[in-house]
Amino acid sequence: MTAGRLERLGSYGVLTLFSLLAIYPILSILFLALHKKTDLVTGFAFPTHLDLSSFKAAWTEGRFGTGFLSSFIVAATVTVVSAVLSIGTGYAFGTMRFLGDRIVFPIILLGIIFPYEATVIPLYYDFQDVPLIHLHLLNTYWALILPQIGQSVAFGTFWMRAFFRSTPRSLIEAARIDGATSFGVLWRVLLPQARPAVLTMSVLVFTYTWNEFLLALVLVSGSQSHQTAPLGLSFFAGAVRAGDPTKVAAAAVLVAAPILVVYLFLQRHFVRGMLAGAIKE
Amino acid sequence: MAERQSAGAGLLRRLRPRRRDEPAPGDPRNIGWLYVLPGLAFYVLFTLAPLVHTVYYSLFSWDGLTAKTYVGLSNYSSAFVDSALRSSFVHSAVLIAFYAVIPVILGLLLTAALTRHPVRGFRFFRTALFLPQLIAGVVIAQAWTWIYDDNGPLNWALREVGLGSLARPWLGDFSWALPAIGTIGTWVTYGLCMVLFVSGVQKIPSTLYDAARVDGAGAVREFLAVTLPGLRGEVLVALVLTTINALRSFDIVYNTTAGGPGGTTLVPSMYMYQNAFLYNKVGYAAAVATILAVTIFVLAAIVLRVGDRSERA
Repeated sequence: MTAGRLERLGSYGVLTLFSLLAIYPILSILFLALHKKTDLVTGFAFPTHLDLSSFKAAWTEGRFGTGFLSSFIVAATVTVVSAVLSIGTGYAFGTMRFLGDRIVFPIILLGIIFPYEATVIPLYYDFQDVPLIHLHLLNTYWALILPQIGQSVAFGTFWMRAFFRSTPRSLIEAARIDGATSFGVLWRVLLPQARPAVLTMSVLVFTYTWNEFLLALVLVSGSQSHQTAPLGLSFFAGAVRAGDPTKVAAAAVLVAAPILVVYLFLQRHFVRGMLAGAIKE
Repeated sequence: MAERQSAGAGLLRRLRPRRRDEPAPGDPRNIGWLYVLPGLAFYVLFTLAPLVHTVYYSLFSWDGLTAKTYVGLSNYSSAFVDSALRSSFVHSAVLIAFYAVIPVILGLLLTAALTRHPVRGFRFFRTALFLPQLIAGVVIAQAWTWIYDDNGPLNWALREVGLGSLARPWLGDFSWALPAIGTIGTWVTYGLCMVLFVSGVQKIPSTLYDAARVDGAGAVREFLAVTLPGLRGEVLVALVLTTINALRSFDIVYNTTAGGPGGTTLVPSMYMYQNAFLYNKVGYAAAVATILAVTIFVLAAIVLRVGDRSERA
């Protein structure tokens, strides 16, 4: 049994090592951020006292108040709108047959793997003067919200369809026999059970939208008041890093913080959502 | 740096041609269109149309300001002989080793170590292993820029253990910058692979393990005969997902080296960005974007095709 115990100990040792490695880079900027420039930090920089002055300086100098507001407006809008739309598309693909459904569904799935790098160039030019209606959307929240709703609907459709398919047919049929309309079935029978699935989807979409960088760089760089938190961090780092790495570290921790807090409370949803593709089927 | 795609990339398997087509669910109800149309409209207008529009732009010579000139496929023929573009794809191939191959091997090794005994408390480790998936690429870039900094933890540790001669500003080094970025990619994806494989193993029927043990199989045989075949689906998903991440990798490259020093970390998405928004070669940038999209699509299809064949065998 000693060999078995040794093996088990080894397993835990390896797991602990890899877990620490996964956390370390985040800890390292947190440690750095708890210092001031004048501390002349090197190495592991374990903080000896709690000094939040770098956070304060980063927040004001990097204008993260505006950045957080922009990120929140964009992420919240994308999350809510794409959730509503995906519940609709998922409901239809999951419980109904209609003309062309087998052609349209794979086309939507394509949106999950296609790189959105391949969409930013036309978005940049079209948003300067939207074809047909001649609106100027560049450097507005809409420039970030609209494309990200489009991308999120692709993932959301897949996700909600899988959920609606897994609900028992008898439930839907019983409601129909009772005379419920298609909307009645969705609203009164299916949605009350769908809450966990919708929450998982929303948590993921919110996280991706909060973290998004390339679209923000291309589509709202020109307006300081519309810059998202990650874009603000990128500009702040470019301007300040050489002079004061502690401030940049503090800014980076600030940008990551909201998602980390949500993760602590809802990690089951993150893990379930991100592994779903492999686990389903 | 979990990208929107990554969560769904596993779903790719849905795109495989089905051998036994299952019947569509539910009744024929064309009212379904009513529920599909709003979501579909956003998707078509803001994702699909721009994609098609990119391909259209790639047929023109355009600086983004003056009138476009139709040039047919000449952007593609210049791309074909563009050494910068070619080296950007070579860099991507190197990154695939770091983002996809190493994490998958690490994940399998760890899983092999864990399947011999049930591990209690994996949920706790899972929380840590999954962490890199949620952090914005820009933040990851800042964290690792510090780790690689001249005065950062890595160089400090090297000097402490008497290997100070190896210390260097890693991201500014012509031969080390690309592996340094690759290491960031390994860090981002290995936890995902581990969690994916460990939860996959739990679905392998324990009777298979019992049978292997009765047959006297050792750890290695057991891994090759039971664990690896049982994880085929998870390995495929992990490979597709991490390969796509490696080919994109814009956020991290832009925020660490921006393609430097001397173009040694230039990747296709970065090159596309430079051409479109810094050099005003919009048509050419669109061609690069198209080539990148097609590459991702083809690679994903190849991985899935190979997986499909091994399934039949």
